[in-house]
Amino acid sequence: MAAVLSAPSPLTATLPEDVVLRAEDLHTHFIVGERAAKSVDGVTLTVRRGETLAVVGESGSGKSVTSLSIMRLLAHPGRIVRGKILYRMRDGTVVDLATLPEKRMRAIRGKEIAMIFQEPMTSLNPLYTVGDQIMEMIRLHEPVSRHEARQRARQMLELVEIPAAEKRLDQYPHEMSGGMRQRVMIALALSCNPALLIADEPTTALDVTIQAQILDLMRRLQRDIGMSILFITHNLGVVAEIAHEVAVMYAGRVVEQAPVEALFARPRHPYTKGLLACIPNPERDRAADGARLMLNPIPGNVPSVLNLPPGCTYAPRCPLVEPRCEGEAPGLVPAGPGHLSRCFRHELL
Amino acid sequence: MAAVSIAPAPRITTLILQRKTLAIGLAVILAIALFALLAPLIAPYAPNKLSIVNRLKPPSGTYFFGTDEFGRDIFSRTIYAGRLSLTVGAAATVFAGVIGITLGLVAGFFRRADTVIARIVDAMMAFPDILLAIALVAALGPSLATVIVALGIVYAPRLARIVRASTLVIRELPYVEAARALGVPTWRIMTRHVLRNLVSPILVQATFIFAYAMLAEASLSFLGVGVSPEIPTWGTMIASGRQYVGQADWMTIFPGVAIILSVLSLQLVGDGLRDLLDPRLRKDL
Repeated sequence: MAAVLSAPSPLTATLPEDVVLRAEDLHTHFIVGERAAKSVDGVTLTVRRGETLAVVGESGSGKSVTSLSIMRLLAHPGRIVRGKILYRMRDGTVVDLATLPEKRMRAIRGKEIAMIFQEPMTSLNPLYTVGDQIMEMIRLHEPVSRHEARQRARQMLELVEIPAAEKRLDQYPHEMSGGMRQRVMIALALSCNPALLIADEPTTALDVTIQAQILDLMRRLQRDIGMSILFITHNLGVVAEIAHEVAVMYAGRVVEQAPVEALFARPRHPYTKGLLACIPNPERDRAADGARLMLNPIPGNVPSVLNLPPGCTYAPRCPLVEPRCEGEAPGLVPAGPGHLSRCFRHELL
Repeated sequence: MAAVSIAPAPRITTLILQRKTLAIGLAVILAIALFALLAPLIAPYAPNKLSIVNRLKPPSGTYFFGTDEFGRDIFSRTIYAGRLSLTVGAAATVFAGVIGITLGLVAGFFRRADTVIARIVDAMMAFPDILLAIALVAALGPSLATVIVALGIVYAPRLARIVRASTLVIRELPYVEAARALGVPTWRIMTRHVLRNLVSPILVQATFIFAYAMLAEASLSFLGVGVSPEIPTWGTMIASGRQYVGQADWMTIFPGVAIILSVLSLQLVGDGLRDLLDPRLRKDL
């Protein structure tokens, strides 16, 4: 670490001050024999300091693989084959997580970037008390005594609004509900003050009222601590609640990126428009006879990442498709202030 | 899930006493261990005290288990031999544990090491235990230490295999991934998160290995490739009694019974522990 501090990284200049994380042209492939599943195929994402970037997409769109690439936790045979993941450390230096040695990566996980997962029921070790697990995390990254670590663990539980924190420290995960466990997971993730929290569908397994509480909590913590959040979800309702900026992913690529208001006000990609139309709306979704409610699914399925269509990956399902879309892949082009769209025909939307 | 009133955990002694086989096995093996430990206090004669006048005497009030061809007291020798047999069994188990657990964890965690370790383990398991032990002792030169090392090597693959299989399962669990995402180093995940989960299968297997190792030590000594014949172990005692079968059966019967009792009781303990530590087999949960 000392060598890095004395010699400023040549990357430092390349990242604007207010940006915490920027993935540039990231390609993550799963290579099996001759075939490569291009799960992440040229993704560029920017997370600003103190803001939340939501990455939205259906199953198989590559959103989770993107987050695992950033954490460098890809399971074999997944590999980052191209691209940069620039990250600004708390001391101001910029590192490329895509090529950082595993040893330094380990120091970043937990302390700089923390991650929470979808399954609050199984993300905690059933053999240790909640306090034990938070204390382990604190003492792993900071040289503090057991007593001090316990004090900090209690404060963390109080921070995530767990009542009777002192008592809860000595309880095992099975003695807690799902929402409570997700709070503990957040406490665990935040126990070393990470600058960036990656949350991979943290509310998906929770019922809606608990989901709202957790989102509230994350918003409040972001305001109080000033951390940035990369929020992975398939739920546009959650996006509206928590995000500042949204990136919509489809078949391993970002198809649209925009500030949250702009995206909801006027989506500039047919896929985003289709996703928004999927949200049931009793006013809009009346059948012709005015009585029955209909859902509006997007026809078709996400193409296999082993066999992507040559042109626009969304072309086979797109209502606006024209011959050009099937031969040529559109690039990500400006479609408004801070608004990017990967569609030839975004003006029509 | 929340607010289920949980009955206080039953005491460990209650749990053991509820299981007859476990309780009996533990009682027997503890008794044997106690005899061995207190041998100098219990044994009426020194194990190597010769008394040619009293050679090949049948069991009696003076010599509970009779005497051997040199007039040495079989009862005293059986008790003293227990010290060695138990020590060899325990030491071989610990040795097998250290090697087997390490190999299993490494194989379970690192793909590259796995291909090598798994093949070696399979190859070693393909050899009959005793044959492999004999070969190892022959290679290392017979002594007490080599018998322990050889038996440790012979039984390590059993533990390695169990540990590897469970490691492969546990390392994919969400909480291990979560720990990794929060920067917990691999060795800590191995010991704190994986090994801790394996305590019960390892404990059960170690009990069985203890029994096998004692049996194997007796076999090696009987075959004359184990510890030197002057040192009383149950195996050497049976070996020297072999020539007097029919004439002085007590020379083989009593050390034989000692082997049977200790191996049987250890097997009972192993079975009992397996039931006790496996929540699916516990009726009181």
